Amino acid sequence: MSDWQVGVDVGGTFTDVVAVNPAAGSFRVGKVPSTAENQAHGVIAGLKSVDVPLDRVAAFVHATTVGTNAVLERKGVACGLITTRGFRDVLELGRRTRPNPYGMTGSFEAVIPRRLRLEVPERVDAAGRVLEPLDEGAVRTAVAELLRLGAEALVIHFIHAYANPAHELRAAAIARELWPTPYVTVGHEILREVREFERGSTAAVNAYIQPIISRYLSRLSGELGRNGFPHDLLIMQGNAGTMTVPTASDHAVQTVMSGPAAGALAAAQIGHEAGFRNVIACDMGGTSFDVSVIRDGVPAISAEKDIAYGVPVRVPMIDIHTIGAGGGSIARVDRAGILQVGPESAGSRPGPICYGRGGGEPTVTDANLVLGRLDPAAMAGVTEGVSIEAVREILLEKIGRPLGLDAVAAAAAIIAVATNHLGGAIRLVSIERGQDPRDFALFAFGGAGPLHATALAAELGVPQVLVPRFPGATSALGCILADVRHDYVRTVAVPLLDADASAAEAILAEQAALGRAAIESDAVPITGMVVQHEADLLFSGQSHVFRVPVSAPPFDRQQVMATFVRHYKERFDIELGEMRAMLTNLRTTVLGTRAKVPMTLFAPAGAGGAPAPRATRDVYFAGAWHKTPIYRRDVLLPGIELKGPAIVEQMDATTVVDPGARLRVDAIGNLIITVGARP
Amino acid sequence: MTLDPVQLAVIQNGLKQVATEMDLVHEKTSFSPVISEGFDRSNGIYDRLTGDVIAQGEIGLPIFIGVMQFTTQEVIRLRRDLEPGDIVLINDPYLGGTHLMDVKMVTPFYYRGKHWCYLSNTGHWPDTGGMVPGGFNSTATEIQQEGLRIPPVKLYRRGEIDQDLLAMVLSNIRVPDERIGDIKAQVGAIKVGERRLTELLDRYGVETVDAAIVELKTRSERQMRAYIENVPDGTYHFTAYLDSDGVVFEKIAIRLDMKVAGSDIYFDFSKSDPPCAGPMNAPWASAKSAVYVAMKHIFPDVPINTGCFAPLHVAKPDGTFLVAEYPRPVAGAAAEVSQRVMESVFGAMAQAIPERMFAAPAGTSGNFSIGGWDPEAKRHYIMYMFSGGGYGGWWETDGLTNGCSSVGISKTQPIEILEQHYPILYEEYALREGSGGPGRHRGGFGVNYRVRLLRGTGKASFVMDHGVVGPPGIIGGGEGGRNEVAVCQSETVTWPEHVSKGEGYPLRPGDWVQVRTPGGGGYGDPRQRDPAAVQRDVAYGRISVEAARAEYGVVLAPSGEVDASGTAAARKGAHAA
Repeated sequence: MSDWQVGVDVGGTFTDVVAVNPAAGSFRVGKVPSTAENQAHGVIAGLKSVDVPLDRVAAFVHATTVGTNAVLERKGVACGLITTRGFRDVLELGRRTRPNPYGMTGSFEAVIPRRLRLEVPERVDAAGRVLEPLDEGAVRTAVAELLRLGAEALVIHFIHAYANPAHELRAAAIARELWPTPYVTVGHEILREVREFERGSTAAVNAYIQPIISRYLSRLSGELGRNGFPHDLLIMQGNAGTMTVPTASDHAVQTVMSGPAAGALAAAQIGHEAGFRNVIACDMGGTSFDVSVIRDGVPAISAEKDIAYGVPVRVPMIDIHTIGAGGGSIARVDRAGILQVGPESAGSRPGPICYGRGGGEPTVTDANLVLGRLDPAAMAGVTEGVSIEAVREILLEKIGRPLGLDAVAAAAAIIAVATNHLGGAIRLVSIERGQDPRDFALFAFGGAGPLHATALAAELGVPQVLVPRFPGATSALGCILADVRHDYVRTVAVPLLDADASAAEAILAEQAALGRAAIESDAVPITGMVVQHEADLLFSGQSHVFRVPVSAPPFDRQQVMATFVRHYKERFDIELGEMRAMLTNLRTTVLGTRAKVPMTLFAPAGAGGAPAPRATRDVYFAGAWHKTPIYRRDVLLPGIELKGPAIVEQMDATTVVDPGARLRVDAIGNLIITVGARP
Repeated sequence: MTLDPVQLAVIQNGLKQVATEMDLVHEKTSFSPVISEGFDRSNGIYDRLTGDVIAQGEIGLPIFIGVMQFTTQEVIRLRRDLEPGDIVLINDPYLGGTHLMDVKMVTPFYYRGKHWCYLSNTGHWPDTGGMVPGGFNSTATEIQQEGLRIPPVKLYRRGEIDQDLLAMVLSNIRVPDERIGDIKAQVGAIKVGERRLTELLDRYGVETVDAAIVELKTRSERQMRAYIENVPDGTYHFTAYLDSDGVVFEKIAIRLDMKVAGSDIYFDFSKSDPPCAGPMNAPWASAKSAVYVAMKHIFPDVPINTGCFAPLHVAKPDGTFLVAEYPRPVAGAAAEVSQRVMESVFGAMAQAIPERMFAAPAGTSGNFSIGGWDPEAKRHYIMYMFSGGGYGGWWETDGLTNGCSSVGISKTQPIEILEQHYPILYEEYALREGSGGPGRHRGGFGVNYRVRLLRGTGKASFVMDHGVVGPPGIIGGGEGGRNEVAVCQSETVTWPEHVSKGEGYPLRPGDWVQVRTPGGGGYGDPRQRDPAAVQRDVAYGRISVEAARAEYGVVLAPSGEVDASGTAAARKGAHAA
């Protein structure tokens, strides 16, 4: 009988697995080291660790970093480009930028090298009119040349193809006859949106990682099949939906940021069930800190991601802002004698000093250890650590002496500066998105999130913190919660009030039909379909678009205008009703909803009497050592309340409750921490 | 009072954040694409008494690093009558400014009823009137031709906008309705700054923040001095050239004598050329700021506050074109002259510390515009394009291709967006082959584009530079490719008299303009370049086989492989010669 649902998230250090069986009301959580050379090994090992028989798994959803890593390390495949005559360098020229505002240095390599970028005669104008017909012979010649040069994947990207894709479609048909692999990416099919560099880059990234994703997924599917899994694997997307392996193989770019997106989705749903509709989700691991803003139970979506300098990807994704800060962030005293934490990171190798892997620079994790917040004996993934005395010595030498502090004060200063830095970054992320962080709860996950969340919330003036049942496995859990999802966009670029309503309705209907057909062919068990439409708008003269929900049919221009003006006023406190609104893009999302997994499943059984601490430890808070009780997470049953200071330990995370804060365990086993006054 | 290390770090971060939040709100709500896409804006916090910069957003446009404090200082000097809620509007280049398009707002900030600092910002308006739309006119000979000059006047009095003044301003500029949006965006940024600064002071207390500001200034100065101490003492000379002023076709020289003594640097520009007739004069504020920006590019991790300028002594070179006085035209000050001032600083520093320098970048904003009438859309239009160029090779590797101007951080508009809005067609938008200055690490490449007018009539203008002398290389590296412009009217191609500058070329349907922007200078002897890197540039079509041989001494076999013995012989021969 198929009764288990399994989610697997492969991260840089660990592969996390969550398996649930809603009917039986049971679940299992596993964590194994990631296997960088072939992530499939880690996935299989993770499955074994939770001991769920694969023939009893109904759905298996997987978030992978294979594609993202290939771009970051420039280890994608040899990829050819066929483009409009005069424009082969678009991917290399970008939008005339430099990596940093200051410093005239840096370097950049386009994902497709110049020798594999070829041009053909053809031209369409901005209105979609053909100015020069496609030279089909030239397409054939270019295809042959790219094959001769060893290209494995191909991108066809023409200027203004979003307005009229006929040339791209014809060139693709010719290329597909001749191309020996299925890896042909057509620009407008990946993203039907204006801006040649961004659309081209999105298509190029897709092609660059497509064979790698495709091979990886077919290998993994094969492994799973051999191990008895009877169904199709589902793949997580950056938009927090899932897709099938064939779709993922065609739309490989959709896998970018899929792990963090799954985490944001889980944060939204767990937060919602715990009674927090507005949360800021903070995922802090060893090297990075991912922030996403969730309002009314829905993670914000945007299409403005740059995977790396000069490599934009404009498909819609959960709006996740990554800050280079984590447990591995290195502390140093700069030339001006000011303490700085990050952005350099010791990563997981050599890692913090206390990991004993040869790290010699003091990190946030080292500071936490010296302050008694981490238990040296219980550090995940570390077998032989270094003595606290040794860590303290280095902290004193590198941070304490230059600042005139002892080792403990130096460690406390590192945590205070790191907290302030992270708080500032969260505030900018939320403000850039038009939100005041004080209206939110902080949802802390990842191995290091719950360690800092209470102090971070105090820093931001956020009243409450939510730490889910399994902070380290939140992204894996998110995989289980995801719906099947397909997104579509079409650039129209007309004044809103002059827009042809029936044409807009036709575009939205076409996009909805495409989505429905895709979901039907996905053949994933679903409980229903949901179609959502949105419009990107701006006031004539502006360049940042503003997205609002729309309903159609009928496409009511006046109503869209009113919604736009109202949302704009809410966001910026500026009224611009007198300006001319432009309708830029029409977007459609089609969801195939999957059966919901109730979070009550994770509630620990029993109800709380006063829990007994496992131990007490001296922990340093706000200038003094406090005798602090240490609890095992699994003794914190629903209904229990505690006062800070307290520390809660579990396999994959440590939660710190500062003095003055109060902790309560809610009905589904989340820790709800009410933050005290800011120190 | 003494501050603990944590307070110092968090107040530094907090002040910077106030300015950054102002920058973000300003950018997101602007109508001017030069602000929203080009990030041509800056926001900051300035001292109540001296106007010195306390903090400025790191994502603001670099040239405003110094300019904003100079403007604020002029407002302090001239407006003794400011009250809470007042906002001063000013764009006068001669009063701590750049060009007329940079319109600033300055407001006194009060905390608990006491004047605590100034909040100021600036945004590039697409137009302030004048003889050409957009304000970049290469042939103006007096400021009145460039646009509306606004002295420090109160746009807001005690929180109320002065409708008379607003009407006066809007009546003198093009596309006034969109400027109302820009004014709202600029005021919105100031309001955010007021709220955030109040919160910061509530949290840490005035006394602590005041003490931190003094301390941060000291620290910033100490940091800059620590870097300068590693620069060998001595006097270094460098001369940088502008092609012409657009009116008289003659090179204009910036002659810098840079004296490094201990932890101080003395910049002497007094031997530079006298004021010019055309718009290539620089208000002293913008020339001096350019020195600051150049130093920030060389030592990027020094935080922006007045302390980091203290070791930089920039003498005012009266009588030169770097000290523009009324009514000298100044439209090229920010976009071109300031970049050449920076080039002179880069060039002088490259002699002192070549191991951590970069060769000259393209150094022009590549300002190109077509204005005209579109019969299909039935409207007048002005199209701008600011193009990039190559950056210089540097100590680690080759220079970036198509980098933005060294005073800016602005992106170009996508070609598809330009073609949506204007009756033009880009036939080519490509890497400019062969333009990177040869070197052990070569310069990055410029851009090569051709744009054709499709319908109606138009006029093309351009204010560019580095067409007569290319961006120089350092320690044996060669010059980057020079800026080239060709105009085709009725099938006849002409090259402008001033090479990189020209005004009002009438275009008819089918006529076109071709622009090739400069490449960056090379770093080090090109004959020491790794032959495999040269071979790759040839394989990628970035340089020719002939250039590989002539400039790099790399001989390629017919198969495309490096001919090792031929290369060794060519390189040896070159050294013997």
